Amino acid sequence: MSANIVLSRKVNKYRAIWADFLFFQICRAFALLTLIALFGILFSLIWGALPAMKQFGVSFLWSAEWNPPQERFGALIPIYGTLITSAIALLIALPVSFGIAFFITELAPVWMKKTLGIAIELLAGVPSIVYGMWGLLVFVPIFSEYAQPWLSETLGILPIIGEFFSGPPIGVGILAAGIVLAIMIIPFIASVMRDVFEVTPSILKESSYALGATRWEVVWNIVLPYTRVGVVGGIMLGLGRALGETMAVTFLIGNINSFQGFSLFLPCNSIASALANEFAEATSDLYTSSLIELGLVLFLITFLVLSASKLLLLRLSKSGGEQA
Amino acid sequence: MKYRKISWLLFKRQLLDWMSVILSLFAILFGLFWLFWILWTTLSLGISGLSLDLFTEMTPPPNSETGGLANAIMGSLMMVGLATLLGTPIGIFSGIYLAEFGRRNMLGEIVRFINDILLSAPSIIIGLFIYEIYVTRRGHFSGWAGVLALTLIVIPVVVRTTENMLRLVPTSLREAAYALGAPNWHMILNVSLRASFAGVITGVMLAVARISGETAPLLFTALSNQYWSLNLDEPLASLPVVIFKFAMSPFADWSRLAWAGVFLIVLTVLLLNILARLILQRKTS
Amino acid sequence: MHNSSTNVLIQFDHFNFYYGKFLALKDINLSILQGVVTAFIGPSGCGKSTLLRAINRMYALYPGQRVEGGLRIGDENILAEDVDLSELRKRVGMIFQKPTPFPMSVYNNIAYGVRLHENLSRSAMDERVEWALRKAALWDEVKDKLNQEGMSLSGGQQQRLCIARGIAVHPEILLLDEPTSALDPISTMRIEELISELRGEFTIVIVTHNMQQAARVSDYTAYMYLGEVVEYNKTETIFYNPQKTETEDYVTGRFG
Repeated sequence: MSANIVLSRKVNKYRAIWADFLFFQICRAFALLTLIALFGILFSLIWGALPAMKQFGVSFLWSAEWNPPQERFGALIPIYGTLITSAIALLIALPVSFGIAFFITELAPVWMKKTLGIAIELLAGVPSIVYGMWGLLVFVPIFSEYAQPWLSETLGILPIIGEFFSGPPIGVGILAAGIVLAIMIIPFIASVMRDVFEVTPSILKESSYALGATRWEVVWNIVLPYTRVGVVGGIMLGLGRALGETMAVTFLIGNINSFQGFSLFLPCNSIASALANEFAEATSDLYTSSLIELGLVLFLITFLVLSASKLLLLRLSKSGGEQA
Repeated sequence: MKYRKISWLLFKRQLLDWMSVILSLFAILFGLFWLFWILWTTLSLGISGLSLDLFTEMTPPPNSETGGLANAIMGSLMMVGLATLLGTPIGIFSGIYLAEFGRRNMLGEIVRFINDILLSAPSIIIGLFIYEIYVTRRGHFSGWAGVLALTLIVIPVVVRTTENMLRLVPTSLREAAYALGAPNWHMILNVSLRASFAGVITGVMLAVARISGETAPLLFTALSNQYWSLNLDEPLASLPVVIFKFAMSPFADWSRLAWAGVFLIVLTVLLLNILARLILQRKTS
Repeated sequence: MHNSSTNVLIQFDHFNFYYGKFLALKDINLSILQGVVTAFIGPSGCGKSTLLRAINRMYALYPGQRVEGGLRIGDENILAEDVDLSELRKRVGMIFQKPTPFPMSVYNNIAYGVRLHENLSRSAMDERVEWALRKAALWDEVKDKLNQEGMSLSGGQQQRLCIARGIAVHPEILLLDEPTSALDPISTMRIEELISELRGEFTIVIVTHNMQQAARVSDYTAYMYLGEVVEYNKTETIFYNPQKTETEDYVTGRFG
């Protein structure tokens, strides 16, 4: 009797250990897949970009020429387009998102808080092609008819700044792409800001109110400094989205690979839209390889921005955890 | 009357406070204005483009009176379905690793970090990657390439939610299972995962919603196909890519079909999001 | 006892408090005297913190919380619509259960509140900060750390920093909401000493779940139960000669 129990216990024990070991290995193998995917992406992009790297060297990064028939390629224009559209988007989206987060966390009544929060999260899920198509077919005609002439007449006559708002009001261009991009990233940034604002302990806010501070003073002097790391993380997350966004920009930026001037009314190109428009039609190997190198540049830029955002958000959750 | 004394400083502060309130009201109206406008356009133009032909007819050549999106809808369903089937188990097992085995160790930290990067990496880069490792090897664009690209987008979403949900399972529940002598794998699959089932399903639904509208990673993997096709080994049409092509074109009938397609996608995505939220809410309440 | 005047400063008059539909404070009638320390004691959930938070109208932050009846400070009805909350809270300081240093330097923690209400020159501000820190018996410990983050101080120092921050704006009334509940015994003792030193200069209302603390620091005590003031009297009377059996049961530890 007792020998049997010992024996069966042993068998069970070995079986359990073996099953646990197998289960652990399966889980770890799949987890490793994520690692492999990242390094795979990096490696394959570098591999694909090698011919272009050999041909053009580092000057690929600052050459403004993009000439498929003559097989001369430089990344400056798409890099410029990517950065400037993202910068415009951030410039618009930042104050608006802050205002939205301020409204939701401090001013809105409880029922509205929930509704607005859900609305923002749902809108963050709308596919970007919708923004792009709406931008091209609905926004751009109105933008070129009314907004652009108005901008040239007001901001356009100022010294220096006027430079950016001059030129023909053709609608499609850097500014239109930047604005639609801003509309697209507002829900992202606003929802991260709302989340981090709500991390602020209510007792801390109450202490400030108890000294007689107003709502604005509480948010600006207490909540924002308390959550600054998270806020910056959220902004970087939005920036990462904007930099890598393909569809919303492709419809609107005009896809012209030469430098037209500093005016924001002019068409340009971004890395992602160059890829979207030209990759399937690239005829020569060097052309394809140059496009892949563009992709590599985009991947590295977004990787840096997203890593920074992730590290900052992580720091907030850690320090928040200690204080709680 | 000392609490009603209005000093200049107090006046300035209150002015600033009210200005901030008004500006934030503007901000929220500004945000809602665009978003309602976009949804309204999609709704009105999309519904007017709806018809039965949409689901029975193929994508037409330009300037033909008839035509629908049947091949694109089928292609999207096939690719999204397969990508979900492939990505979900991988994502769940990786999520289990992170939540149960990799909470503190180095590998766990790295995988978690990289997963979050992949979660918001530009999707066009994923397309480029699949093109490099699959399309060039096969020598042609194909539905399978599209499936692979979408799978790579599904995985990080499922990993993230699975890990988050498993972490919510209370320690006491785990310990209760161990106290009964359950082995590790048994506890995880039958207690932890079951307790967080609703949350994991939510994650899968959010992933489906995300890839339903993805265009960029399909552009040079699945490409598109003008005809009805169920063969995943040749180019395959999908709703987003067809919309992209049709919306950029000057032809009115193509543009009408594009709006109808956008309407279908937005409807799907919003419904999936709302359903996911409802499931999660019912579970937590 | 102490040289306390008998002027009534805070006057609750048929005061009711609601959380939504729930009546949390029922018909409170209470006169708090100027320049003394008054303690609210009672089991948790009896409404003592709620009553305290009515005095600076903290509840106004939360929709759904509302009051009825009268609440006067001096001859002013502070429940009136047109009372400016910022001005009210300048005159009624508050210290919370947990230390709440703001995410800024020690100096700025004190200066923050002062800047809200007064335009001081740099040197006047320096003086004010030093004055407040001395009052809070913290100056000697932090005079070399004024530029460090407020969070970097120890828990007890943080709480004294919060008291300094509260008195820096020259309030008449200080509300202390279980100020030592998150502190160790030694820090608690120092806060209690501080309360004794501030008595007379400020009207202090303290909520505490610690009966010994109430007995040590307060001149008057209100015993509350289920949203009502059961008994309110001189602290000695409450602890040694309570008029009601419920109070006696609570202070002798038979209940609560």
